[in-house]
Amino acid sequence: MAAPVAIHLEFGGGAELLFNGVKDHHVTLPSQPDPWDVKQLLVWIQQNLLKERPELFVQGDSVRPGILVLINDADWELMGELEYQLQDQDNVVFISTLHGG
Amino acid sequence: MTDEVGYLKAQLEEKEKDIVALKNKLAHLEKSNASVLELYEKVTPLTPLKAKASLSNEDIMRYSRQLLLPELGVQGQLNLSKTSVLVVGCGGLGCPLAQYLAAAGIGRLGLLDYDEVELSNLHRQVLHGEENQDQAKALSAANAIKRLNSTVECIPYHLQLSSENALQLIQQYDIVADCSDNVPTRYLVNDACVLSGKPLVSASALRMEGQLTVYNYHGGPCYRCLYPVPPPSETVTNCSDGGVLGVVPGIMGCFQALEVLKIASGQGSSCGQQLVMFDAQDARFRSIKLRPKQAGCAVCGENPSVTRLVDYEAFCGSAATDKCRKLNLLSRDQRITVQDYKSIMDTAEPHLLLDVRPLVEVDICHLPTSLNIPLSSLEYRKSEHIQLLQESISQLKQQMEGDCRPPVYVICKMGNDSQKAVQVMEKMSGSEVDSITVKDISGGLMAWAKRIDPTFPQY
Repeated sequence: MAAPVAIHLEFGGGAELLFNGVKDHHVTLPSQPDPWDVKQLLVWIQQNLLKERPELFVQGDSVRPGILVLINDADWELMGELEYQLQDQDNVVFISTLHGG
Repeated sequence: MTDEVGYLKAQLEEKEKDIVALKNKLAHLEKSNASVLELYEKVTPLTPLKAKASLSNEDIMRYSRQLLLPELGVQGQLNLSKTSVLVVGCGGLGCPLAQYLAAAGIGRLGLLDYDEVELSNLHRQVLHGEENQDQAKALSAANAIKRLNSTVECIPYHLQLSSENALQLIQQYDIVADCSDNVPTRYLVNDACVLSGKPLVSASALRMEGQLTVYNYHGGPCYRCLYPVPPPSETVTNCSDGGVLGVVPGIMGCFQALEVLKIASGQGSSCGQQLVMFDAQDARFRSIKLRPKQAGCAVCGENPSVTRLVDYEAFCGSAATDKCRKLNLLSRDQRITVQDYKSIMDTAEPHLLLDVRPLVEVDICHLPTSLNIPLSSLEYRKSEHIQLLQESISQLKQQMEGDCRPPVYVICKMGNDSQKAVQVMEKMSGSEVDSITVKDISGGLMAWAKRIDPTFPQY
């Protein structure tokens, strides 16, 4: 069994509007047989934080186009994307790209 | 006789004075006309920008405070003077960007914008003034830049950047700054920069946040490496819908100017594989390390599928403008006009007027009898708001005689959200909302202000 993981989730660039306007979420992912990865985190967010309109946040098993995921201040592409295994105290940011000027 | 001579002499003297005044006026006009900028409606070839051999005494005095910086120095200043920069969009980002580039002594500025100055631009587009309303933004910006630094060559382009003209235009400049306000233009500018090998200093801003990255620079990623697929158009918010605090694009435009100046002077930018995020609410900047250039990128990868410019509006499923598009979700019998609603008001026909805008917009202006329940509350079935709606409908039923379906008219700013609200309410079950007839008011409050009540504010 993997121990529970406490992580810091942040939403920005307008993505926070899907979470009642709350940017910062300190959450604890419960203990489970395998270690938590980002793919499972997205499912957990949908079930626990995002109650409505999931299509504005996820597409298939990933985030929708136009949302950038950052793990500990780095592009998730550098970290293994959906397969990245979450560590205790990780910081995961979901930022919607801005287009205004 | 003497009287007449005196009279004629006086007349002559007066006419001569008039002639002198007219000559002065003409000379003044001719002089100012000579410095009036020509507005370009299409892309034409430019003469190459000549490098200065040395700084003049006036240059030395003018730029002395930055010449003192070892990071810039005389060589950096000379480098600036031989660099041309294309500014795509003379709005909230483009204005401060162009201003600082001109002040610092950049050689040539291409200022591109298809739009005209509006009153609602002035809070953030700080090169334009009240007297420039309805003028082409490119011209207004160029005139302001000329006042600041007449030695900078300004080329105002009053045109929409397109797949047809973008390459020809961008090839003529050394650095491109993306200060645009919509998704198709961002992909177009990116692809044109990749195809012509130009660094792209890109920023964006909305509400209280900003983002900045330098793309296609020193082997770093391009916009498509990061965003291979455009966002669904319904997830994109523009400044006229979401709002923006003017100083936020101001800060981001200044940041863009900084990176352009570093590249132009020869210091180089450190934002080539970085995303700088600015949160104005928390007063926080954050730098994020981005992925490298992607081998599989459609435009800058090893086997690119995009080898010439494409149709970007089709690719993104949205128009290359930040103007609101008009939705058509309902049938004609589900909609009424503002004139219809005016006569309903005048005949005091019992009804409920439901305003589905967010509270912050209702605070700006609203019709006196309206009930405010934001669209999001209807969509999320917020219980306190559904209860409020139920109470209002049952009160209305009591007012009306017999067993009829009480009319509910839904209004918003432009007539888009009101249509969505009608669809949401029609899907509500009898337990949520009793049988009602629900219609939207086409064109919303802005149509009301234009056609019915000219004293009603527009925003």
